[in-house]
Amino acid sequence: MVTVKFTRALRRFYPDLAPFEMEADTVAQIVQGLEEKYPGLQNYIVDEQGHLRQHVNIFVENSLIKDRETLNDKLDPGNEVYIMQALSGG
Amino acid sequence: MSNKKVLVGTRKGLLVLEKKSGDWKIIADHFMGIPVNMVFEDSRSNTWWVALDHGHWGNKMHYSNDQGGNWTEVDAPQYPEGEFMKEDVPASLKYIWAFAHGGKDHPGSLFVGTEPGGLFHRNGDSTFTLNMGLWNQPTRMNNWFGGGRDYPGIHSIVVDPRDSDHIYIGISCAGVFETMDRGETWAIRNKGLRADFLPDPYAEVGHDPHLLVACAAQPDVMWQQNHCGIFRSTDGAQNWTEVSEEEGPAKFGFAIAADADNPQRAWVAPAISDETRVAVEKAVCISRTDDGGKTWQSFRKGLPQSYAYDIVYRHALIADGDDVLFGTTTGNLFASGDGGESWTTVSNFLPMVYGLTYIS
Repeated sequence: MVTVKFTRALRRFYPDLAPFEMEADTVAQIVQGLEEKYPGLQNYIVDEQGHLRQHVNIFVENSLIKDRETLNDKLDPGNEVYIMQALSGG
Repeated sequence: MSNKKVLVGTRKGLLVLEKKSGDWKIIADHFMGIPVNMVFEDSRSNTWWVALDHGHWGNKMHYSNDQGGNWTEVDAPQYPEGEFMKEDVPASLKYIWAFAHGGKDHPGSLFVGTEPGGLFHRNGDSTFTLNMGLWNQPTRMNNWFGGGRDYPGIHSIVVDPRDSDHIYIGISCAGVFETMDRGETWAIRNKGLRADFLPDPYAEVGHDPHLLVACAAQPDVMWQQNHCGIFRSTDGAQNWTEVSEEEGPAKFGFAIAADADNPQRAWVAPAISDETRVAVEKAVCISRTDDGGKTWQSFRKGLPQSYAYDIVYRHALIADGDDVLFGTTTGNLFASGDGGESWTTVSNFLPMVYGLTYIS
């Protein structure tokens, strides 16, 4: 199981958004899982090609993911995954 | 008769204006803090539409059937997997830049123009689908390019009120395209335009019509504020004639508004071209022609005439009879009740104004 946490900014659009646990081996599986739990949320995180949006960051523990296109970064059980907005614009 | 109202899309949200006792007042706001880059009312159902350009979360679309009381998000247009906006670059939605309803004989039909150059359509509650006739237009990959944005964008959709299968679009930068079969096939309609920024200024494709509009009562009369001047057509875009002022401010700009009834009348918001992008001589004016572009009058009464840096974006100048409004990049919003000849300030303290539209 991994734990998924979110920036508070997304609660404006998904007020019920809260950390949750799920089984996932890759970041891509998390994004798919998000969509089941919060329909439409995936489109806020990735574009229609599945690429991470330019100004969104995903961290596994304290490290930014490396694969922003296919989100194939591997996860270990117990990891915490953070979906954050980039600090673009200062 | 109810008061006139206007939606205003700004960098920090949506405003609603109402004209009461001759004065325009802001009566509501929505989506505070979020860029509302396009506003549209589907006049068939009085549905309000907005396009939001979230800095982080992508482009979204919302509608309201109750005058802004409640908003519903719908899936924004999505480019199909396997499509490319240029070689080796998968297509993805960058910006929503135009709305139009698909005609009174097609209830629920809605067109949306986007960057990177895709025209999308939905029927009722269906998802948006990419118009492949235009997307596969042979000139797209090599002869369309961005103008002010990274990729080509559709900012104008003009559906012929006499025949809803007959549609024009304007693309920066590619030019004007026309379909007679509701988007199955498209023809290039740039004859008479001039693109000073191309090696061949009279190339078939690559023009930059900043906005394309038509006279509602006589739709064969069309106007465009082009990057290289103001152009008019009297034969449904088959031929374009430049109608810019030789001496005078009416030449470069982004916005143009056509009178709904009088095919001789249109308004533009002059600016200085590429070098500086400010109001001409740092003095704001609106220019109007009443003779099909043969002559222009510039009106300044009530508008700032010194150290004014205002630019009027392409969707931010609207006219309804003698009621004319425009909003600017520096957050000024002005209104006229006499066809643009004199102006009053609605606000000097708004966010950057992206677009205006009249609502029922």
